[in-house]
Amino acid sequence: MIAKLIARRLVFSVFILLAVSLIVFFATLLLPGDPARAILGQQATPERVAAINAQMHLDEPAVTRYLMWLGGLFTGDLGTSVASGGPVSALLGDRIAATLVLMGLAAVISVPLGVALGIWSALRRGGRTDSAITWVTLLLAALPEFVIGIALISIFATSVFRILPAVTMAPPGTPVWTLPSQLVLPTITLALVVAPYIARMMRTTMLEVLDSGFVEMARLKGVPERRVILRHALPHAIGPVAQVIAIQLAWLAGGVVVIEFLFRYPGIGQALIDAVTFRDVQVVQAISMLVAALYVVVNLLADIAGILSNPKIRSAA
Amino acid sequence: MNTRTDMNAQDPARDRAQNAAADPAKESASAHVSAVRRVWALREGRTGIILTGLVLLISVFGPLLAQPLTGFGPTEFADKPFQDSGIFGTDDLGRSVAARFLAGGLRLLCYSVLATALGLALGALLGIFAAYAGGVVDQIIMRINDVLLAIPQLVFALLAITVLGTHGWVLVTVIGITHAPRVARVARAATLGVIGEDYIRAAEMYAVPRWRIVVQEIAPNITGPLSVEAGLRLTYSIGTIASLSFLGLGMQPPVADWGLMINENRIALSVQPWGVLLPVAAIAVLTIGTNLLADAIARATANTNVEA
Repeated sequence: MIAKLIARRLVFSVFILLAVSLIVFFATLLLPGDPARAILGQQATPERVAAINAQMHLDEPAVTRYLMWLGGLFTGDLGTSVASGGPVSALLGDRIAATLVLMGLAAVISVPLGVALGIWSALRRGGRTDSAITWVTLLLAALPEFVIGIALISIFATSVFRILPAVTMAPPGTPVWTLPSQLVLPTITLALVVAPYIARMMRTTMLEVLDSGFVEMARLKGVPERRVILRHALPHAIGPVAQVIAIQLAWLAGGVVVIEFLFRYPGIGQALIDAVTFRDVQVVQAISMLVAALYVVVNLLADIAGILSNPKIRSAA
Repeated sequence: MNTRTDMNAQDPARDRAQNAAADPAKESASAHVSAVRRVWALREGRTGIILTGLVLLISVFGPLLAQPLTGFGPTEFADKPFQDSGIFGTDDLGRSVAARFLAGGLRLLCYSVLATALGLALGALLGIFAAYAGGVVDQIIMRINDVLLAIPQLVFALLAITVLGTHGWVLVTVIGITHAPRVARVARAATLGVIGEDYIRAAEMYAVPRWRIVVQEIAPNITGPLSVEAGLRLTYSIGTIASLSFLGLGMQPPVADWGLMINENRIALSVQPWGVLLPVAAIAVLTIGTNLLADAIARATANTNVEA
C-alpha cells in the first residue's frame, strides 16, 4: 500500500519533469538567430559555421536534438555555452555546490525558527506576543526577497553596524564556505523570507490541535504542559505544516536566484541571470531543468514524508 | 446578485469616497459596498487600504509632479553622479533621484495590475471549467497545472525573457500565465463547493445553458476566494516585476522605474543611499499594503460565510 503510493508519486514526478523538459526545450526553438554565429562572432566563415553546426548537431531535426539533449542531461553533458564557448557542465559544477550550501543553511535555520515561532504564538493566543508575531510575519511575507536583502545590507553592512560583508568576497575558484561571514546575510535573508509562512501555518494548525479533545484529556490527567505540547500536540500539528515547509523549501530553488544576484554569490542563480542577459540558451535550459528538478524532488520528498507520517495510511497497510 | 447581505444601512459618504479611491473594481451593487465596509472595519483592512492608496497616489500623480517639484525631468541630467544636490541627490548618471522616484511607480503598477488581471481571468476560467466539466477534462487541466507549477515563477519568467526579450507585453503575459495555475486551483476548489447547491441544480433543471450557469450562478458565488487571490497575486506580481527590473531584465534604461533604480544605484548604497532606499521603501509599503488588504478580504469574506 505504502510502496504503491510512493511508486505512483515517483512515476508522476518523472512525468512532470519530462513535460517540463519539453517546455524548456521547445520554448527556446522560437528564438531567432543562429547559435553557431553567436559563438563564432566576427570569425563566422561558412566552413566554421558548418563545423559548429555539425558539432552541436544543429542541422538535425528538432525532435532528434531534443532526445540528444535529454540524454545529455542524464550523462552530465549539458551542451555548450555560447558566451564562454566551453561545456555548460564545467561552468556549473562548483556553482551547484555553492547554491546547495546556501539553500541548506537557509532551510536549517528557517524551519526550526518558523515552527518555534508558530508554537510560541499559538501558546500565547490573543496576547501581545501573538499579535506581534502575527503582524511581523504578515509584513515579512509581503516583501519581495531583494527588499529584505537590501534592508539587511543597509543595516549590517553599510550604515549602522558595518560588521558583515555586503557582497561575496571570496575570489573566483575558492569554495564559498572558506569565508563564513559572507554566507551570513544571504542565509538570513532567505530564512526571513521562508520562515513567516511556516510560522503562520504552524500557529493555525497548533491552535486547532490545542482545542482538540485529546489535548484537553492529557491536561486533565495531569501531564506536564511541556510534555502535552511536545508529545501530544506537536506530532498532530506537524502534518499540514510539512506541506507548507515543502512548498517553501521548493520555493528556495527559485528564490535563491535574486538573492545570489544581490549578494554576487557564485551559485547557479547568478549564472542564470548572466546567461539570460547574454541569451546563452543552453545554459538557461540546463539551469531551468536543474531548478525544476530540485523543485520536484523536494516536493516528492515531502509527499513521501506525508505518506509515511499519516497514521491512516500506515495502519491501512 | 445573490450575495446580497443584511448590511444595507446607509453608509457614510466619507467611507465610500475613501474606499472608491483604493478599489479598482468599482461595482455599484450594495453587496459590494458592504464587503468593502467590512474590510475597512478590520485593522489590517484599514492599514492596507491607506498604505496601498498612498503609494497609488505617488505613482499616479508622481509623473506629473516630477518636473514642477524637482525642476528636472526623470531622464534629465541634474548634476554629477551621486551628489547631494537637490532634495534626494543624484543617481549613477547624475539624474535627480527625487524626479526618478516620483516617475518610477506608474509602469510597475500598471504592469502588475494587468498581469494580475490576466492571471485571474485565465485561472478562474480554467478552474471553473475543470470543476464544472469534471472527469477527463478536469484531470487533463489539473495535470497541466501541476507541470506549470513545477517551474518556479521567476525561472519561468527568465526563460520567456531569454526567448522573447524584455518587452512590456512579455512581462505582463508571462507573469499572468504563471499566476493562472495557482488561481485555477483556488477557483476549482471554490466551484466544487457551490456546484452541488440547489440553485445550480434548479438552473440545470430549467435547461439554462451551461455558460449562463457559469456566468450567472457560479461566478458570483466564488468572488470571495477569488478576491483574496487577486490581492495575493497582485502582491506577488509587484514583487516579481520589481525583482526582474532589479535584475536588469525587466524595465530597460533610461525608463524611470523603482526596481531598475535599485539596480542602478546600489553600488553607491553607502555614499548616496536615497537612490536605493526610496524605491525600496515604496515597493515595501506597496506590497505590505496589498498583502494586508488580501488578508483583510479573506477575513471579511470568511465572516460572511459564517453569518450566512
